[in-house]
Amino acid sequence: MIDDRELEILINEIFEYHGFDFGGYSRASLKRRVDRLYNLDRFTNFSQFLMKIREQPDYFKRMIEEITVNVTEMFRDPQFYKVLRTEIIPVLATKPFIRIWHAGCSTGEEVYSMAIMLKEANVLHKSLLYATDINPLVLDTAKEGVFPLRMMQQYSENYIASGGKEDFSKYYTANYGLAKLGGELSEKMVYSLHNLVSDGSFNEFDLILCRNVMIYFDKDLQERALNLFDDSLAKLGYLALGTKETLKFSQLKSRYQQINPNKLWKKIK
Amino acid sequence: MEEDKVTNPVKLVIIGGSAGSLEVVLKVLALITDKPSFALVIVMHRKSGEDSLLEELLAIKTKIKVQAVEDKTEMKPATIYIAPSDYHLLFEKNSTLSLDTSEKVNYSRPSIDVSFESAADVYGSDLVGILLSGANSDGTEGLAAIKAAGGTTIVQDPETAETPYMPKYAIQHLQPDYILDAKGIAAFLNLIDKNSPDKAA
Ligand SMILES: C[S@@+](CC[C@H](N)C(=O)[O-])C[C@H]1O[C@@H](n2cnc3c(N)ncnc32)[C@H](O)[C@@H]1O
Repeated sequence: MIDDRELEILINEIFEYHGFDFGGYSRASLKRRVDRLYNLDRFTNFSQFLMKIREQPDYFKRMIEEITVNVTEMFRDPQFYKVLRTEIIPVLATKPFIRIWHAGCSTGEEVYSMAIMLKEANVLHKSLLYATDINPLVLDTAKEGVFPLRMMQQYSENYIASGGKEDFSKYYTANYGLAKLGGELSEKMVYSLHNLVSDGSFNEFDLILCRNVMIYFDKDLQERALNLFDDSLAKLGYLALGTKETLKFSQLKSRYQQINPNKLWKKIK
Repeated sequence: MEEDKVTNPVKLVIIGGSAGSLEVVLKVLALITDKPSFALVIVMHRKSGEDSLLEELLAIKTKIKVQAVEDKTEMKPATIYIAPSDYHLLFEKNSTLSLDTSEKVNYSRPSIDVSFESAADVYGSDLVGILLSGANSDGTEGLAAIKAAGGTTIVQDPETAETPYMPKYAIQHLQPDYILDAKGIAAFLNLIDKNSPDKAA
């Protein structure tokens, strides 16, 4: 097991050699992830581990892939999607153009879910979905839109629970245990690398979703990310967080109105 | 050294349970003081989306304050925190709680092992870990971590457990400091409270 001092050394070295700053990540979870990788790759010596991360770009890439938590689902928390579908999308639909940012999109399940709802509301053609992450590997999967077929049963149930009325299977083609989403759904998606720690605002959005990403940050880094979202959100735009995340601890709180009881906030100032 | 261990104030009591553990938790809570000197964290396996149900139930059954856990919730003494479903619950050094959606461990999220190990890492000997009734092996490794870090370990007496697999598994793999029934657990917690520095004086 890696100790606290070693973890801090690792964080410093990664920053020095690769420019990625994990200094603002929640230590409890980062330590678990690093430990997991250390054991998975059967290291017995911390300096060897460190050397490999320093000197082998491929191994550093693997490290980023493995220490980020990429678990995601389509229509995860169906009640949240129901509110998007019934309360938020109808408001966005009145605009000539809809811009949405999925920050920390992982393998894209959230983005495809959104595209399905926009399509069903007949507004996908005038929407643009920007989706970003720091892990290049998950972005490749997201662009392909290929997911395990065995997940589709669960996703279909989530979809129905979120108020979906169509036959969910019409959104994918099944092949050799894989489900391919795409076609019209992915035409309006733009995927790119973006690091919430160090990169800035790149557009103005009507809706920003950052769900289950900031739980891996400490409070200061959370505040940085929230300010970035604030800078990137149009007035009266919406911010969506994960079910157990909150604006409560943020300085920005007073400028947002919570849309109860779900994890959506409207920028009012 | 021994002296140290006794006078070390317990900051956190963490309880893990699965099938058949709810009644035990309710019984223990009913028997302990309203304002314990420590924080209480409960990690219980259950279906997703039932968070508020369990919180409300506990709030009705105990006078101790029950606080819903969100990411980076700050822990305070005399308060009960319940691990939300579908997240692992982790402990930060500044007494805040972090949530994590990483892979299930022992088919469980929250996993008792994950929370016990994280608590052991942060609280060391200021920690008491209690493992209750259940039908899987989650919790045993976590208890071992608590023990290794100098904390106190308690396992529910399998004879009194509705689903004895989990406590039995633990006892087969390690030697807990105490094997107790619900009453015994409550009595032990009241003793810690009575001996806490601010109350003993
Ligand atoms: C648990 S996933 C969340 C996926 C999806 N939003 C959801 O709720 O299902 C967290 C994602 O955040 C990404 N992430 C972590 N740190 C990041 C950072 N500094 N900038 C951008 N993305 C980050 C991870 O790579 C991972 O894909």
